[in-house]
Formats: sequence, C-alpha cells, structure tokens
Amino acid sequence: MLDAAIRHRFPGFTLDIAFQAPSPGVTAVFGPSGCGKSTLLAAVAGLLHPDEGRLALDGAVLLDTAARIAAPPERRRCGVVFQDARLFPHLSVETNLRYGLRRAPRGAEGPGLEEITALLGIGHLLARRPAALSGGEKQRVALGRALLSRPRILLMDEPLAALDAARRAEVLPYLARVRDRFRLPMLYVTHALDEVDRLADHLVLLQAGRVLASGPVEELAARTDLPLLATRRDAGALLACVVLGHDPARGLTRLGFAGGELRVPLQDGAPGTPIRVRVRARDVAVATEEPRGLSVQNILPATLEAIEPMGALEAVLRLRIGEALLLARITADAAARLGLHPGQRIWALVKSVAFAGPGG
Amino acid sequence: MLTPEEWGAVRLSLSVALRSVVFGLPPAVLMAWLLARGRFPGRALLDALVHLPLVLPPVVVGWLLLVTFGVRGPVGSLLDEWFGMRLVFTTSGASLATAVMSFPLIVRAVRLSLDAVDPGLEAAARTLGAGPIDRFATITLPLIAPGILSGAITAFAAGLGEFGAVITFASNIPGETQTLPLAIYAATQTPGGEAVAARLAAISFALAVAGLLLADLAGKRLAGFLGRPAR
Repeated sequence: MLDAAIRHRFPGFTLDIAFQAPSPGVTAVFGPSGCGKSTLLAAVAGLLHPDEGRLALDGAVLLDTAARIAAPPERRRCGVVFQDARLFPHLSVETNLRYGLRRAPRGAEGPGLEEITALLGIGHLLARRPAALSGGEKQRVALGRALLSRPRILLMDEPLAALDAARRAEVLPYLARVRDRFRLPMLYVTHALDEVDRLADHLVLLQAGRVLASGPVEELAARTDLPLLATRRDAGALLACVVLGHDPARGLTRLGFAGGELRVPLQDGAPGTPIRVRVRARDVAVATEEPRGLSVQNILPATLEAIEPMGALEAVLRLRIGEALLLARITADAAARLGLHPGQRIWALVKSVAFAGPGG
Repeated sequence: MLTPEEWGAVRLSLSVALRSVVFGLPPAVLMAWLLARGRFPGRALLDALVHLPLVLPPVVVGWLLLVTFGVRGPVGSLLDEWFGMRLVFTTSGASLATAVMSFPLIVRAVRLSLDAVDPGLEAAARTLGAGPIDRFATITLPLIAPGILSGAITAFAAGLGEFGAVITFASNIPGETQTLPLAIYAATQTPGGEAVAARLAAISFALAVAGLLLADLAGKRLAGFLGRPAR
C-alpha cells in the first residue's frame, strides 16, 4: 500500500494531498488539468521534492521531510510511464527495455524480457529505434521498460493523453493485461473517465490541489454531491457486471449485475468475464407503470430512493435495483409531472445502444 | 612544393591545434554542463568569464597567460618548481594559448546541444535506477555527441589559425611555436617572402574550409545515427 501525504507550495497554488492507494490495485488520480495530479506523481517518483510530506510504500519510507529522509528517484524503484513515453532516442527498443532491467537491484524479482515483449506485443519492434515507432507502440515500450525495472509501484502519468482515439483503444487493453498479470500497486493519473472505468479500483478525486473525495470507484460514481463527477455529460452509476452469455443473432450480450440483467451491444469476453459498465444518468428514463411496446431493451423494476435537485431545472433520481444503484437524470418538470416521491416503485429504462461506443 | 621549414609549420599547427582540442575538450564539456544545468550563485559571472576570449583582443589573453603561467607567475612558478615544466616559449605553451582561445567555441557548441536534450529523458533514466554519472554517460553524453564533435572540429579549425595569443605567450620560434599564421606573418616581414606567404595562406584556407565542411557533415551523420532527423 502506498501511504501518501504531500504539501507543496507553488506561486499561486498549493498542493495539499493525503491518500492511500491499496496494493495490489489500480488507484486512479482524477481531476481537471492544473489540479496538481501530475505534480503528485512527480513527488511520489521523487522527481519533485515537496516542502513537506511523507511517503511510505509497503512500509518502506521513501520520503519523510520531518525526519529528513528523501530517497533519490533512482533508489525509489517507482516504474514511471510518462505521457510522452520518453524513450531514449539513441538506443534501440531492446536497449531501452533493458535499461531499467540492468539497473534493478540484484535480489529483485520480476518478469523477464521475453514475458514482457509477449505480454505487450512488442517482440517485432526490438531492433527498431524509437523514432520509427507509432505513438501507441512507444507507450507500450515505455510500459515494458518501466515494468522491467522491477518496480515496487507503477506510476502512470496520463499515458494515453497524447494518443488519438484509435491508438488509445489499441493501448488500453494492454494496460488492463498488465493490471491483471502483475500484483503491483499502480497509480494512474488521468482526466479521462473511461480510463478510470476500465482500469481503476480506487479513485482519488483532485481539485485545485486538494483531495475532494477518495474511495472505491463504484462508490464515488454513485455520489451526486461531487460536481466534478456529477455534472459531467458521462456522469452515472458504474455497475460491476459479469458476462452471462452472447446472442450474436440478435447482436446482444447479456450481463448480470447485483440487481438483475442488462442487455448491451455485443461485447468481447467469455461467459464469466467480469466487466464494468457505466450507465450514464442521462441515458436512464423512468416510468411509473410497467411500460409496453417499447424498443428499450432494459426495463428494470426499481425503488426510487431519493430525488436530488441538480440546478433549478433538473433532478437526479437514485434508483435501487436489488443491491445495485442506478442514477437517472431527468428534468425537474418530469419529476413533478409524474408525482415522483421517495419509496415509490418505478421502472428504469435503459436503451441498449446507450452502451455502444467509448466507455460502453 | 613546400620547403621542410614550411612543412614543419604546417605539422606544428596541426599538432598544436590537436593538442588544444584534446586537452580543452573535457573541461569545456564540464563547463558547458555546469552552465546549462547548474544552479549556483555566480553562474552569470562564470558564463561571462568563459566567453571573454571571444571578445578580448587575443594579445590581451596572451598577456594574461604570460602573467599567470610565466616563470614568475603564480601558476607558472609552481609548475616550474614542482614539475620543472615551462610553458612560455614552448609548443605546450602554444597549445595552452590556443586551447584558451577556442575554449568558448567548444563550450558554446556543447551548451547548445545540451539545451536541446530533453531533461525529461534524464528524469526517466533516474526513475529507471541510473545515478548521476551513469545518466551522464549513457543518456546525456551520447545525445550531445554531435555538439561535442562539431565544437571540437570548429575549435580545431580555429586553433590552426590562432595568432595573437600564441605570439604573445609562446613567441615566434621556428619549429617550436611558429605555427602557420606565425610563419605567414614572418614571411610577409621578409623581403621576397610573398610567394611563401601565398602558399601558406592557401594551405590555411584549405584547412579551414575542410574543417568547417567536416564539422557539418559529422554533425549530420551523428544526429542521424542517434535517431534524430538531421537538421
């Protein structure tokens, strides 16, 4: 587990952050640009020396300004993946990959070059120079280089932010594979919510240099009191699902979740594969009677738990479906017209196509 | 075509310029690194001092060397006492004067290429476990190699023609300190020496042009080898 407390004053901006990142697991650090998330990562890696702070990784103290302890970056064993890859231009891909491996402590255990190249699909690139790689390939090599340095924690600073949508889609599955294969704590800095949905277990929300909230991703996604999340167009509940089965003829996949089943456009993954879906609040409609003759594939009986006003004209409904919670964003007028009140039995309607596309 | 004495001047010029580069290069790289990456009080003053030979009259630089490294100077007297080494009026002295004059040329070239090296690469090397010397040797040095090479070749070419500082500090002794430009000067002072002066001047010209072309070519080759587009 990474135990972090950092305070650092910049001209006109103060970073004051404390949080814990469980190990193993992916902790996403999420926030708008300029909130201090990359600074935080640099402080953990040791590339920035904060005014005050304490950092402990699985009991080993990396930094304790009160005790005048500050391990230099080269001895922290933090594998860092930078946004701009930072491959050494004068070295081949293979020499880049071996750079950290050759400098890792003798006793440290970890994957070998062959395993990493196979896992990341970069075996055919070994003889090339970084200049001859695509953006996605660069990031995969950078990821491999960090993993091969036998790190105790993996720090990723918006590794996909510099890539276009196609390249992002190419690299994201590799990040998921790394997460599943290595029992490493990972700190993942991003401002893209779909990356959080796909990869993270825990979420640290940063705003203006402070921790707004932190906790399990599903828990934070269901909160409506965090404007940073709740006012986004893609705000909504995250459901932990399992693939139940595919129906290729109808182009649908059935997903099971704690409150029932969802039908979504055809997904990858054998039955039993866990998958997390974000049900955007703006894609959920409600009905006070069981509707008939609708194209909507998912009609879920629910209990209306609470109605939370959002601005003057809209409301967010908290819908309890078995163990799970869905959020629905509707106009205040609709809520009044239907006479919605907490405790009411209603039906939640979610179109299948709402799950298509990025983040679905 | 050339008399043995004239060949001697050419050879001496090449030897003096080569030695000035060989001994001047390591401190120049270190100085460039200090000026580019160091954060210490007095950096601006040091920067100015390094560049002084570019703007001072070479005769003044030679005179300062004479005062410092002369047999009665503060450094020269110690060298004489400890090692029995005298720089004034010797080939080594000519090399020293040339090295001091071309020092800012190398520092400038190396510093330009240091500024072009992304400090992020050095930071990445740090996170991968590389200590300061390791980082410098494996990342920084290879990446500034084009700058070092082109600086060295430029300094060599300029060193072939150093006149004022050499003649002031090392004098004009044939076979000892009489390099090409000094030989040309001597020839122009000799009645009937115009032909000699013209021949030596042509050689000077050819060497200078070859040096500049070589510097450009080597820089491009090396940049390509280092995986960066040649500029």
